[in-house]
Order: sequence, then C-alpha cells, then structure tokens
Amino acid sequence: MWRTASIWQRLTLLLAGVAALLSLLSWGMVSALAREAAERTQDNVLAASATIIAETLRSEQGEVRLELPYSAFSMLGAISEDRVFYRVTADDRLLTGYTDLPVPRPPASGNSRVGFETAEFRGEAVRMASVTRQILAGSAPVAVTVTVAQTRAGVSAIASALSRTAAMLSVAFFVVAVGLSAFAARASLRPLNEIAAAVARRGPSDLRPLRRNAPAELAPLLTSLNRLMERLGLSIRRSEDFIAEAAHRVRTPLATVRAQAEVALRSVEDEDTKQRLRRMIRAVDESSRSAGQLLDHATVAYRADDLARSRIDLAALAARTAEALSPTAALRDITLRLDTRPAEVTADAVLLDNALRNVLDNAIKYSPEDTCVTLAIRHDSTFARITVTDEGPGLGNAADGDLTERFRRGANAEGIVGSGLGLTIARDVLVAHGGRLELGAGPDGRGACVSLVLPLS
Amino acid sequence: MRYLLVEDNHELAEAVINRLGLDGHAVDHAGTLTEAEDWLAATGYDLILLDVMLPDGDGRDFLARSRARIETPVIMLTARSQVSDRVGALDQGADDYITKPFDFEELEARCRAVLRRRGGSARNEITLGEAVFDPMAGTLRHGDVSVELRNREIRLLEIFARHTGQILSKGQLMDRLFSFDADVTENAIEVYVGRLRRRIEGMGVRIETVRGLGYRMET
Repeated sequence: MWRTASIWQRLTLLLAGVAALLSLLSWGMVSALAREAAERTQDNVLAASATIIAETLRSEQGEVRLELPYSAFSMLGAISEDRVFYRVTADDRLLTGYTDLPVPRPPASGNSRVGFETAEFRGEAVRMASVTRQILAGSAPVAVTVTVAQTRAGVSAIASALSRTAAMLSVAFFVVAVGLSAFAARASLRPLNEIAAAVARRGPSDLRPLRRNAPAELAPLLTSLNRLMERLGLSIRRSEDFIAEAAHRVRTPLATVRAQAEVALRSVEDEDTKQRLRRMIRAVDESSRSAGQLLDHATVAYRADDLARSRIDLAALAARTAEALSPTAALRDITLRLDTRPAEVTADAVLLDNALRNVLDNAIKYSPEDTCVTLAIRHDSTFARITVTDEGPGLGNAADGDLTERFRRGANAEGIVGSGLGLTIARDVLVAHGGRLELGAGPDGRGACVSLVLPLS
Repeated sequence: MRYLLVEDNHELAEAVINRLGLDGHAVDHAGTLTEAEDWLAATGYDLILLDVMLPDGDGRDFLARSRARIETPVIMLTARSQVSDRVGALDQGADDYITKPFDFEELEARCRAVLRRRGGSARNEITLGEAVFDPMAGTLRHGDVSVELRNREIRLLEIFARHTGQILSKGQLMDRLFSFDADVTENAIEVYVGRLRRRIEGMGVRIETVRGLGYRMET
C-alpha cells in the first residue's frame, strides 16, 4: 500500500506529520509559559500585598498595631476575582485574619524575605505568600508574619484562556502547513509530471531522445529513458531492415527464376515444355505476390497505430495511383477512366495509396481484356467515396465480410494470381482512418464495385 | 533503344539482357554503382534500370546523388516491402519502379509509359512506307495526321516493323503479344492483325497473310 501510494501523498503526509508534531509542541510550550506567567504575576502581587501590610505594622506602647491598607487587597482584585485570605501573627499570636490559614514555611534562601507555598484551604487550592518582619515592641523584638492567600481559579482561567488561544493558533498553523506541504510536494514533483506528459504525448514510433532541463535527481531517469528509446529505435530499425533484407533475399532469386523461365518460354518450341514453364512462372508469381502482400499487411498493421496524417486531395491521389497502374492496365488494353472531384481528407498518403492500389489492381486483374475500369470520387457533407467499378465477373455471392478476411478469395478467382490479402489490406487501412470498405455489384448488376469510404476532413 | 541495367544478380541480369535483346534493344550491364558510373560517363542511354540493393551502396542514394547530372529516365527495380519502399524510390527522383520478380511485359509497358511521359525521341522512329512509327510514344504519323495506337497494336506493329519481309507465325506473335498465361487463342491474333491493317491502310505498307505459315509485312 505505502509502496504504491503516490509520492505526492507520501510527501504531503510526511510533511503534515511533522507540522502536527511541531504544532503540538508549540502549543504545549505556549500553554506552560502562559500558566507560569500568570502564576508568577499572582506571586508578585501576593508578595507585594503581604509586604505592604507588613510595612504598615508599627509598635505602639509595646503593642503591635495593625491598620489594614485597602490598597493591599485591591491589588489582588486587579488580577482576578479570586477570593483573598490573610492572617497576621505576632510570635504565633493571631493579630487578625483567618486562624486556620496554614503558615507557609519561611523562605529557603536568605535573600528573599517572602516565602511562597500552595496549599489546600477550605476545599480550594490557594497560593500563599508570607512576609516576616521583626518589630520592636516594648523591650523585646516581636516576629510578625503576614500571610496573604488567594485561590487559583482565576489564574487558572487566564492560563486556560491563553492555552485555548494557543491551541487555536496551533491548529491554524497546522492547516496552513498542510496546505503548503501539499503545494510544495506538487511543485517539487512537477518536473516528473512534465516528463511523463512529454512521453505520453508521443506517438508510438517517435523515439527521439527527450531533451529537457530536469532537476539533478531526475537526470538519471531521463538518461535511462533516452537509452531505452535509443535501444528500442535500434531494434525497430533492425527488424525493418531485416524485413527489407528478407524480402530482397527471397525475391531476387525468384526474379531470376521467373526471368530465366520466361526467356526459356520464348526459345522452346515444344508445347508440353512451354506448359510446364508457364506453370513455373505462375508459381513464382503466386509466392512473390504473397510475400509482398504479407509484408505490406505487416507494415499497414504497424503503421495503423501511428498514422502519418496530412491533408490529401483524393482526386490528386487517385490520379497518381491510376497513372502508376496505367501500364499494367494498358498491357491488357484496359482503359482507366477517371471521374473525380476534389475531396479533401486527412489521412496517411502512403497507406491510402496502397489501399487504392490494391483495389484498382484487383479490378484490372479480374477485368476482361479491352474493357473499362472506372474510378470515381463523390462526397457528401461527411464522407468521401472512391468507387472502383469494373466490367469483370463481379464478386459473386460472397458476403462483404468474407472477401476482406485474410487469404479469402472469391469464387471467380480461379486461374488468376493473387494472395487473398489485397482487400484485407484495403479494409484495414480504411478502418484505421475511421472509414470502411464497401463491396457490391456494378451499376446494372454486372461487374464489381468497390468503394473506399473516408470521413472528410 | 539503349538500356543501362544496374543489377548485381548476374543470372537475373543475363535474362533481362536476353529478353530485351529479343526486342532489338541494346543493354549494357553494370554489376555495381561504380561500374554504372563508368558506363554513364562513356555513353548516353534512353533508360536506366536501377536495382535498390547493390554491393557498393543503395540505388536510391546513387539516384539522389546523380539526379542533377543525369537526365535519363530511371526505373527502380525493388525487392523490398512495397509500402515502405515505393515512396522512397519516387521521392528520390525515379520515374517509376517495378517490384521483383517482374513480368517482362509489364517492364516493357512501364518503360514505354516512362518514355512517353518524357516525350519520345526521334532516333527511335521507324519509317514504314509513307508513315513514321514511334514505338515508344505509340504514335503513327502519316503526313499531318498522327494516330495514337493502343498497346497491343503498338507491340504488334513494332514486331512487324522490326522484321519487315519476314514471315512471322501466329505462335510467335502470340508469345510476343500476350502475357505468358493469357488465355487467348490464335483467333485473337487474327483480330489484332485485322485492326492493325485498318490502321495502316493507305500508308504504303501492308500485312500479307502467308497461308499456313503466318503473316508478313511488306512495304
């Protein structure tokens, strides 16, 4: 789970964890400091109050006299609404105040005259400060101790309020930190996403190396990616070269056999030998045609995934293809008639030419001598249609789908060299372009009519 | 017609030379691109037949390099995958291409088509009686009138024109006129001879029937 979680999530989660920890820590520290500050303030006021009361003690006629100053208590009221207790004793004899108020221990060090203590009084926690002063009353000095106490509820309330504010600030800090973490994580992952997008945008045969400025951490990834593409390109080139080389190796000797057989056919008189030579030539034609169509079929299948699209005028393409095939047609005195109108499509010119060539080649092959093959182009608002009509025996009763199956040949194909792949290639090319191949009969039911239907650009 | 054949397979080259020779064409053979350079420096040609894969390089590269210097029409002989190779050959300045193994009839037809596109040349013309016949352009000129012949008429007339005064049997004519596996009878020859006779009527040349032997052209 953690291994497959996105880096962005991981990074955000990690940074958020750290932020939470820091928030908690800072909240704890602020709370502690606030409590301490509040308590210290109370201590100081208690000490001041006790000191003021102690200062007002004087001796009168051998007696210790006390006049409680109002200000000593109003000071205490200034910091909170807490209740105040006091007790003044002279040599353990109560002068005034609450008898049962505990007496804090004297200060540990000699420097401070004020002693502090927290104790339980009447069911509440109180903080006490006491000051002891020697007063000369009569002949002997009397140790007078002034103790002032205050409950802690108010102080605690102040500390809690401060702590709540701190908690709110911490939460706010945490939220902001998480947001910033997410942003930072995304920002630092952006180069990675950019590389991924650049790779995804590419066509399957675009194997140029990626050239972009990447952070140092991504450079090794980029380098390995480019190396992989280089190796892939090399292996594709190698297999293409291999196919070309294989075709060359197979077809060149076939060409030799065919050429020699044809020369022999010219020079022998014996009809039986001639017949054998004709069979040889036919066999050579079958095998070389099959090899060629198989390679074409493979090339079409490969390129169909990655069409090299450009804007093409079908009329110009048809004229070129017809011209390329006109010598073949002329051999059998077949006239190629063009009836085209401009129609623009976005397509792979090489594949479309190959598809049309296969259809046209079929029409010429199956036409009787001295007839006409018509190539027409029409279009409506969405589709362009190249129609090839011949005066041959037609496609028979085979359903459309059957003849475009691989290696399937029509019932009328007997005696004519073919591989059964021509229409398959044409159909594959059209389907790859979002079009279709339609097979039917000629206008008055005679001949074959093959339509290449393509969406208009 | 003078051809330069650049092809490293000697058996194939020999057969092509033999076959084109039968039609009265002269063919020089180069087995490598270097040899081809030598031949081209020495003589002018009407047409070059250029193989793609040669021992000392790629025919297409050679073509791209020498296209500026050589104006002779070029037909590529390719044995490679059609889809991937065809475009390459034409883009680099070839006039046409033919895939191996090829039918000689088709090769001849393609040569004719290329030469016709480039415009025929006067040195290929044959005088027949009062008419001038250009077998490459496929035209028959009589005075101011020029007639375009159909493919088989051209080839039949060419055979007669190159063998004037000789008797040609129907079998011989069939072999030359039709592809090796065309399903035709000797009647077809009679039909084409009949058409041709009407074409050349009044041009001071005629095709005679030699009973039991065949036909003969007389001027």
